[in-house]
Amino acid sequence: MIDAVDYQLIAAVQKGLPIAARPYAVVAERLSLDEQEVIERLSRLKSQGLIKRWGVVVKHRQLGYRANAMIVMNVPDERVAEIGAKVSQQACVNLCYQRPSQGDTWPYNLYCMIHGKSREVVLQQWQELQQVCDLADYAFEVLFSRRCFKQRGALYRHNQAQDVLHG
Amino acid sequence: MLAPLHKHLLNDYQQDFPLSPTPYRDIADQLGVSEDEVLAAFKSLSEQHMISRIGPVIAPNSIGCSALVAMAVPEADLARVAEQISEYPEVNHNYERENRFNLWFVAVADDEHQLQQVIADIEIKTGYTAMLLPMLADYFINLGFELNLHD
Repeated sequence: MIDAVDYQLIAAVQKGLPIAARPYAVVAERLSLDEQEVIERLSRLKSQGLIKRWGVVVKHRQLGYRANAMIVMNVPDERVAEIGAKVSQQACVNLCYQRPSQGDTWPYNLYCMIHGKSREVVLQQWQELQQVCDLADYAFEVLFSRRCFKQRGALYRHNQAQDVLHG
Repeated sequence: MLAPLHKHLLNDYQQDFPLSPTPYRDIADQLGVSEDEVLAAFKSLSEQHMISRIGPVIAPNSIGCSALVAMAVPEADLARVAEQISEYPEVNHNYERENRFNLWFVAVADDEHQLQQVIADIEIKTGYTAMLLPMLADYFINLGFELNLHD
């Protein structure tokens, strides 16, 4: 389904498509493929869902979205999918994941992210979210981000391509 | 202030950047400007670090194995620990957050075993325990990030 060339292609584009008139041709040349094959492979990887989205990745902070809150909630395990689906549909929410709770140390199993231009806006959105999604009964913590030490797309290494080639 | 063209480029092409031989020309045609203007605008957004890239966002755990990791680090030691962690090529996001768990990062490795090794190595090097929080389910369907660039 996904072959070694796909992995090489992902490795070649993960840091960004060139800003040039024929960007896919530039990528193709690096990989000794032709332009059409690069386009077809990327289109297929996108329709297969391996590429979740293909496009402009913005930097929130630089665009004035300086308040970024990760909100963690402790919801009943049997309702986490239902609540997660509801939370993720709210316009202010960017990400919504289930993660394993860590007992008393960190009892939270549902995570969502709200980016806003100020803390006040984010907290206001969180209040609205709690009302709309009936979250009042659940313990939560709001973790605003402070310093960003590193942010970039995930880097996938060539090993995976090698494994496919030699495996 | 962002020009209207820049706003369109930031908001309208997060999901479906054209997969055609001349994507920048296609965008130019859609927005009624020249290809050179689109290229210049993207270069400028990139130089100003308003975009990190035009490229793929890979579905979590579809290639390799990743986890969110949290650590509780005394304030005085945080800069050192954060720097050590950022040096790992397996680490992509690394943030300070307001909490007793004040350092949060995402690590990606080839497989579960290698991920565990990286985390164990980080624990030894930094001297702090890491709390591993792998994703169990992704509920998000409406992808991308809608920017309100009008205020």
